[in-house]
Amino acid sequence: MSHDGPHAKLIYMANQIAKFMESKPHDQGIEGLSSHINDFWEPRMRRQLYEVLDAGGAGLRPLVLDAAALIRRPSIAA
Amino acid sequence: MKDFIIPDRDFGTPAAKSKQLVTLTIDGFDVTVPEGTSIMRAAAEAGISVPKLCATDSVDAFGSCRLCLVEIEGRNGTPASCTTPVAPGLKVHTQNAKLKQLRRGVMELYISDHPLDCLTCSANGDCELQDMAGAVGLRDVRYEAVQTHFKAKDNSGHINPSYIPRDDSNPYFSYDPQKCIVCSRCVRACEEVQGTFALTIEGRGFDSRVSFGAKTDTALTSDCVSCGACVAACPTATLQEKSIIEIGTPSHSVITTCAYCGVGCSFKAEMRGDELVRMTPYKHGKANRGHSCVKGRFAYGYASHKDRILSPMIRDSINDAWKEVSWDEAMAFTANRMKGIIDKHGRHSVGVITSSRCTNEEAYLVQKLTRAVFMNNNTDTCARVCHSPTGYGLGQTLGTSAGTQDFDSVEQTDVVIIIGANPTDGHPVFASRLKKRLRKGAKLIVVDPRRTDIVESPHIKAQHHLALTPGTNVAIVTALAHTIVTEGLFDEAFIRERCDWDEFQDYAEFVSQPQNSPEAVQLLTGVAAEEVRAAARLYALGGNGSIYYGLGVTEHSQGSTTVIGIANLAMMTGNIGRPGVGVNPLRGQNNVQGSCDMGSFPHELPGYRHVKGQAVRDIFEKIWGVKIDDEPGLRIPNMLDAAVEGTFKGLYCQGEDILQSDPDTKHVAAGLAAMDCVIVHDLFLNETANYAHVFLPGSTFLEKDGTFTNAERRINRVRKVMAPRNGYADWEVTQLLANAMGAGWTYTHPSQIMDEIAMTTPSFAGVNYEMLEVKGSVQWPCNEASPDGTPLMHVDGFVRGKGKFINTEYVATDEKTGPRFPLLLTTGRILSQYNVGAQTRRTSNVVWHDQDVLEIHPHDADNRGIKEGSWVRLASRAGETSLRATITDRVNPGVVYTTFHHPDTQANVITTDFSDWATNCPEYKVTAVQVAPSNGPSEWQEGYSAHAALSRRIAAAE
Repeated sequence: MSHDGPHAKLIYMANQIAKFMESKPHDQGIEGLSSHINDFWEPRMRRQLYEVLDAGGAGLRPLVLDAAALIRRPSIAA
Repeated sequence: MKDFIIPDRDFGTPAAKSKQLVTLTIDGFDVTVPEGTSIMRAAAEAGISVPKLCATDSVDAFGSCRLCLVEIEGRNGTPASCTTPVAPGLKVHTQNAKLKQLRRGVMELYISDHPLDCLTCSANGDCELQDMAGAVGLRDVRYEAVQTHFKAKDNSGHINPSYIPRDDSNPYFSYDPQKCIVCSRCVRACEEVQGTFALTIEGRGFDSRVSFGAKTDTALTSDCVSCGACVAACPTATLQEKSIIEIGTPSHSVITTCAYCGVGCSFKAEMRGDELVRMTPYKHGKANRGHSCVKGRFAYGYASHKDRILSPMIRDSINDAWKEVSWDEAMAFTANRMKGIIDKHGRHSVGVITSSRCTNEEAYLVQKLTRAVFMNNNTDTCARVCHSPTGYGLGQTLGTSAGTQDFDSVEQTDVVIIIGANPTDGHPVFASRLKKRLRKGAKLIVVDPRRTDIVESPHIKAQHHLALTPGTNVAIVTALAHTIVTEGLFDEAFIRERCDWDEFQDYAEFVSQPQNSPEAVQLLTGVAAEEVRAAARLYALGGNGSIYYGLGVTEHSQGSTTVIGIANLAMMTGNIGRPGVGVNPLRGQNNVQGSCDMGSFPHELPGYRHVKGQAVRDIFEKIWGVKIDDEPGLRIPNMLDAAVEGTFKGLYCQGEDILQSDPDTKHVAAGLAAMDCVIVHDLFLNETANYAHVFLPGSTFLEKDGTFTNAERRINRVRKVMAPRNGYADWEVTQLLANAMGAGWTYTHPSQIMDEIAMTTPSFAGVNYEMLEVKGSVQWPCNEASPDGTPLMHVDGFVRGKGKFINTEYVATDEKTGPRFPLLLTTGRILSQYNVGAQTRRTSNVVWHDQDVLEIHPHDADNRGIKEGSWVRLASRAGETSLRATITDRVNPGVVYTTFHHPDTQANVITTDFSDWATNCPEYKVTAVQVAPSNGPSEWQEGYSAHAALSRRIAAAE
């Protein structure tokens, strides 16, 4: 696994989930990926993912970008 | 302490299973028993004990001692009651003048070749030969033996060639041939109960002797696995626990549950005062049915090992020496530090790890500590690194992560698939039950990169061994499904009734794609397509098909996907919801099932209910009087990442050694070193404690009350047989810490914690200690709908409603071999050691395995100039270590294997931080490595040992 940049590990993890969800029909894949991240990723991890998404999502697979709108943005206080 | 003696009556022969009942008369009493029952057993059930020596109800009747003779009206002679089955209307007499005389004659002959040192004999008071001499009224022995087996010198002073000295080679029991009556009970127990066939009868007639394999073998050098079945079966002092020889007979016993693997065997802790004399497998234990393995039976010496720490210790910095303090001082120091961290870095900066080795009640309290006192969901457990993909995969497909069967189910299976599990080493008592079924004709398919013992052992041979390349489980499982679907071998009626037919159609279309065929994946998996097809046909058409799997499935980048694929296989063949079938995860630790049930995962409250659900939070908020965080917490790897990044500062780790057991040791060490307060609660100064600021001494399973839940969801009682040597049971220690932080908990007994669990968790609603006293054990769900528990899941429908088929696309792991790291390392366990070895390394079990060794194929060894037993350097992208090599064709060329029981080996320095896509379960089972000859330990190992020695210093008392 490459460890380039502070977010490399999270990008890798999100892409791993995407690879599983890509074998489903697209809308189910979007649903599956976003709810998986919402259910299992602690707010710190989602905040870091949003730092990547907000910067354009470089390195993320297309399904992660497509599902981004459904991924819950953590509140600041969390 | 509760004295809980249930007499284990020996009925002489095993129970018959027939539903047909037969009535006969024994000594004038009518007795009704199942057809096939022996007369001996029928008499025993009527309360009449026929004298016997070679019969015991753990093995089939043998009919050799001729002591159990009876007379049957209308039949000739005096048949042996153990080998004579009942028949309707028989009139049996067990006692009359003729029988008395015959029996006395038999006993006289036995005693003529037996030393009469009863008073000083280790079996005194626990000897069936002694009992039978009394029962038959033997008063006189007319024979003076000329030739004996027990005198070292014969009557004329010459060496007696028939005398064999005592064999003390096994650390736990001795074999003393002079006491042997050659009843064959030990030989039959080794065959029938354990299935190892290590013992045999050598010679004929007067020369017949019990022997461990060949004449030159000792108990230790033979195939013996030291399960203790022969010792339990022996009626005399011939095979005897050394602890009995040293201490004497026990005075009372307490039923409890083994604290090693997920089989969860029931044991009798046999005591004298508060000294444990021996552990014997409990006949009525529903998981083990009277059997045991070397760990539970004998390897309990760690509880009194000198390394055990009995006082709390603290230190300001991990570079300081430890300082022993009182419990009060330790708690004040700890609470102060944790509060300081929370004040400075917020409530999300601390967390807990619950222990899968502690009780349900203890795991429940630890997760409650983080949820109700620290006010976050940062709780995780070692299931993260073993069966978390089972939770995800079975939850998605079937609706619950639980194994579907009880262990008894194996008696009715016809075809067994074992994937990524090594039951003879990892789950030995289950393996013995499985082997018993296999010897009776069930078929076996093994999917494993390595030729484990279950693939081929005495009287066992797998029909198919799919020796796949590590990391290709999904490809194989999907290829099995491809065969079943494209050859039309699926159970359409079952799928239509129990699953979503449309989803199956989509799935069928997916698996039928040519790239999923056995032929297409052959190059990836290294398994011949025809073998895969034949295995699929056997599983689909061979009758009751069951799947048992272990960490070779879960500990991969695609662990969850393989679990889903396994559930798909069971559903499409209709192999779920009745005895003899099912999907059975073999859990590693004694209470890994329980720690998961108790809400140890960061996203769910007890009973597998997600923290996002308001209704569930309401239940706990009402009882705990706090507001529960609705966001998932950090998993173990996420905690370590957050620690390195500086947002996670404090950890309470109960009964787990993450530094040794978790992957990528250097990353774990960096995470721990970055924290301000690491609290280790354990029996020993484990590897994690090198980075700890607080050490809270733990108690063993012998020293506390509670419950463990085994792999079949069975809730078994753990009973206190002695006071905690450290002063407090582990649940009390957690409560002290919680109260030091202001929690105000007032539990006075674990039963109150179980009552709280039952009150909040529907699947435990019917569980309480009084009920467990009556029923012995119960499998959850246990509630109003199933007050006696649930041996089989998904009987009338799946927990989630319709079974769900999910596509299982094979994605190769990114851990790839290449020129620098051309071999694949996979890891596993060995029978005599357990997990990171904290317990078993501190017992005599080290005689079987005193170091981890690297298994390498002769071809790979030859290429590298590696010789048997030589030191090799094992390197991966993550790190390197050194250990000794052994050359074997158990592994294929290109694959190497080792165990991880010894901290000096540091096998997890090698493993990478790749993990399962769904659960972050680490990919222990695949690491690309290179192996080269070496001179000794690596620099890291030497540096590590030095650091460990330094960080374990305890300051002298002032």
